[in-house]
Amino acid sequence: MRTLFQKIWERHEVVPETADAPAVLYIDLHLAHEVTSPQAFSMLREQGLKVRRPDLTLATMDHSTPTRTEQVFGGAPITVESAAAQIAKLETNCAEFGVELLALRNAERGIVHIIGPELGVTQPGKTVVCGDSHTSTHGAFGALAFGIGTTEVAHVLATQCLLQRKPKTFAINVGGHLRAGVSAKDLILAIIGKIGVAGGTGCVLEYRGSAIEALSMDERMTVCNMSIEAGARAGLIAPDETTYRYLADRPRAPKGAAWERALAAWQSLPGDPGARFDREVSLDGTEIEPMITYGTHPGMVMPVSGSIPVRPDDAVFAKALAYMGLEAGTPIRDQAVNVVFIGSCTNGRLSDLQAAASLLRGHHIARGVRMLVVPGSQPIKRAAEAEGLDRIFIDAGAEWRESGCSMCIGMNGDNVGKGEYSVSTSNRNFEGRQGQGARTLLASPLTAAASAIRGRVTDPRELLHS
Amino acid sequence: MQPIRHIRSRTAVLPYTNIDTDQIIPARFLRTTTREGLGKQLFADWRYNADGSPKAEFPLNKPQAAGCQVLVAGRNFGCGSSREHAPWALLDFGFRAVISTEIADIFCNNALKNGLLPVIVDEPTLAWLLEHPGAAVEIDLEHNELKLPDGVSVKFPLEGFSRYCLLNGVDELGYLLSRSELISAFEQQHR
Repeated sequence: MRTLFQKIWERHEVVPETADAPAVLYIDLHLAHEVTSPQAFSMLREQGLKVRRPDLTLATMDHSTPTRTEQVFGGAPITVESAAAQIAKLETNCAEFGVELLALRNAERGIVHIIGPELGVTQPGKTVVCGDSHTSTHGAFGALAFGIGTTEVAHVLATQCLLQRKPKTFAINVGGHLRAGVSAKDLILAIIGKIGVAGGTGCVLEYRGSAIEALSMDERMTVCNMSIEAGARAGLIAPDETTYRYLADRPRAPKGAAWERALAAWQSLPGDPGARFDREVSLDGTEIEPMITYGTHPGMVMPVSGSIPVRPDDAVFAKALAYMGLEAGTPIRDQAVNVVFIGSCTNGRLSDLQAAASLLRGHHIARGVRMLVVPGSQPIKRAAEAEGLDRIFIDAGAEWRESGCSMCIGMNGDNVGKGEYSVSTSNRNFEGRQGQGARTLLASPLTAAASAIRGRVTDPRELLHS
Repeated sequence: MQPIRHIRSRTAVLPYTNIDTDQIIPARFLRTTTREGLGKQLFADWRYNADGSPKAEFPLNKPQAAGCQVLVAGRNFGCGSSREHAPWALLDFGFRAVISTEIADIFCNNALKNGLLPVIVDEPTLAWLLEHPGAAVEIDLEHNELKLPDGVSVKFPLEGFSRYCLLNGVDELGYLLSRSELISAFEQQHR
């Protein structure tokens, strides 16, 4: 009896693992971007190697790219010089090695973990890698997807394989269902809060149960995206009708007879009932509330309605609170907010923008709040504009930008200022992540939108009933 | 890659848990297209004041830390991003090993690919090391041993293949390329 993970692993062993050597694992899809690839391409060039399977490789640009329209389409120079150089480098590397690139003005460009699923290249049962830790996102499709370093990017480019030791398996069972105003983001934050930022180290997480099955694909991607924040190697959700319906319309998903064959293969993937996991943990989805981080890693998280914990003899905890300018034992509700960011590979999809817009419609953001809405891809941007979501954001006083990672990682000049509080739909609240001295509070799009309207941390359920 | 057998050094200590990759090398330094010279930016936001002057109280800025090749850190070192710039920065600064009770997966893999040794010890050993910065230690890769002062010696785990590659200077890309025929056979089978 095998789990979903075991089935995928076994189908990709070029050489199985032994006591002396890791498995040689075949990679079905290699996604690349401008930050972690230049040194990998250089390694190939230095050794006179070609990319083995350009047809299984797809590159985009997202981390360093400008989001201001005039710099993307208007001919204005990219203001961050080293970003411009890195973008140019990816263009020359892809041209030289024959790798398809969604370049800066390409209509399908977007954040790497958004475009893969959108195009339909992310599919159940595939092994998917990228030089980026949030590659775990693609696990939402029942793909084995994990982040790799630049050296491993070179390994995959040259051989389409990786050396891997089999990780352990960890089932996260979520019963019940998410209540109104509670999002998939709140669910994954609650899970990380429960198992800790190293709770999943060495494991592939599989999310199961009624609350998971009820999630849309976008919501499943939000959950799997943050598996890495629990220290996990990857996160998986078994494919089902929701998955197949999503894929049926995607441009690069199989069609016709190929679709029928693929579907049959996918339907054989879910784990056998009774298959064992190395660890299991259960949560009740019905008990989950809107969540927000208060500290300097995603495990320092609490319900929006709660109080910051008290840890008297914990010097590291005290240091984190000092950085955040917050006090133990106090509520986080009503903490004043300077910046709100809606975007990232965690929550930059159309349904996330729709959720934020549903609260912002007819409202204006509070005085003193700067809000940035960055769609996850250019197709999402166009779809949002076709629905008039851009007008809702602009009329509310927010900035509507071209797609990219933007303020999640702050590499492109979109930054939070020193000491500023930012409610962000992204995935990391480490010190200085969004800008030196920035104070990041991670939350769902609903919580972020509600907080923008009030100018302070707000439980979105208060605005849902008004 | 140069083979590694022994590392002998005094320790530099960062007594913090969950030291993440954004602290090790902030994102603004990832716009480089090479892997050299990142040692200057190691722990940049903890190390330097706004005017670029070194913060006197940061452990790695103290005179005792100069020349240390072994970093001791609280649990879950290297959590966060897959940026290989993190081990590159540590190596460029001069570190050749990191000791903790837990080291994050992706960081660990990246470290091993670059000859930065992740050494996992138990809590009592880490507690002792955190309390004794500047201790003279020896890491013996041949015997998987960490030798502390006063003749104390502890074993540390290390995945066998990585250990073999480090001891013998074996390049993993070369190893994978040597499997090319098996890879082709797999591709044929799965067309």
